[in-house]
Amino acid sequence: MGAVIVITSGKGGVGKTTTTANLGVGLAMLGEKVVLIDADIGLRNLDVVMGLENRIVYDLVDVVEGNCRPKQALIRDKRYDTLFLLPAAQTRDKNAVTPEQMKKLCAELKEEYDFVLVDCPAGIEQGFRNAIAGADRALIVTTPEVSAVRDADRIIGLLEAADLGDPKLIINRLRPDMVKRGDMMDIEDILEILAIDLIGVIPDDEKIIISTNRGEPVVANDNGSLSGQAYRNIVRRVRGENVPFLQLYKNSSIFSRLKKIMGLSG
Amino acid sequence: MNLRALLNALAGKQDSKDIAKERLRLVLVHDRASVSPEFMEQIKEEIIKVISKYMEIDTANTVINLHKSEGTAVLEANLAIKAIRRPG
Ligand SMILES: Nc1ncnc2c1ncn2[C@@H]1O[C@H](COP(=O)(O)OP(=O)(O)OP(=O)(O)O)[C@@H](O)[C@H]1O
Ligand SMILES: [Mg+2]
Repeated sequence: MGAVIVITSGKGGVGKTTTTANLGVGLAMLGEKVVLIDADIGLRNLDVVMGLENRIVYDLVDVVEGNCRPKQALIRDKRYDTLFLLPAAQTRDKNAVTPEQMKKLCAELKEEYDFVLVDCPAGIEQGFRNAIAGADRALIVTTPEVSAVRDADRIIGLLEAADLGDPKLIINRLRPDMVKRGDMMDIEDILEILAIDLIGVIPDDEKIIISTNRGEPVVANDNGSLSGQAYRNIVRRVRGENVPFLQLYKNSSIFSRLKKIMGLSG
Repeated sequence: MNLRALLNALAGKQDSKDIAKERLRLVLVHDRASVSPEFMEQIKEEIIKVISKYMEIDTANTVINLHKSEGTAVLEANLAIKAIRRPG
């Protein structure tokens, strides 16, 4: 039996859809059978990030309303034949699906697939409740900004209340240059505040935008990009492997040397 | 405080990330302290349960409140005691 993992954030635009697409492709590259569910009803996006927008026939609402069987709505990926997308409905709203329907659908899909990844909409309303309803585990995406971390904190509370304790954190769009200057919260700052486990850090990387333009998630590109490597590492951690974290920045050497000399550590 | 923060303090400036962290800490104290009445009632019952081991509490005249102010939150409990149990 597979696992249902919801990718959520609270705040919009922090990288949930990008993360869902990359983890899906990354898992499929390792031979896992994967379904990606776009739960952002009315604001369908995962299809374009995956480059599958021209192949949609049925959608999530068709499935829960019984207009088609789940199998008929699943779109097979262009390159990885164990990877499937269940697209969101574009012309309906969040209330077209209930948490009970999502629970049933997820339970059905994980019978057959190793991973079911649910791309959650922003916010904490009905769309969020639908997206988490069938989940066994949760990944929270944040950026190193006050508002995004604040919303992540709220989501952690809501997940706990829904019995989805122990979510794992992805810090996205980190800029090592800004961290070094002291102009961006670093990984330790964020972990100290949220007090949950880290599962990965993705640097801010223009290659993500370029690969999204092409509809080919960066994780599959063998172009030496740091973001691709960061996603491949998260994929392995999601599968339960212990993978060391990439070192995206070091404390500036003069400071760390001085600290050692003075016996200070920060 | 790390060395950078120390040097900044001497120079009279602060890294923007430290400002961000401090603001985040304050805002979360408020966010996390915004609890529902049911939750407060639950806390009250549990406090009474623990204290009742040692004292007899007048539940009706017991109030607990969560006060929020600049940067901190204080949980205030006023427990009316009917009797104190003899130490065993
Ligand atoms: N690490 C990154 N580096 C550079 N750009 C990024 C990175 N992560 C995400 N982006 C860009 O940020 C934008 C928002 O990302 P995405 O759509 O994945 O966010 P989202 O959380 O799904 O948004 P929404 O809440 O609207 O669903 C996209 O244009 C994406 O290409
Ligand atoms: Mg999205």
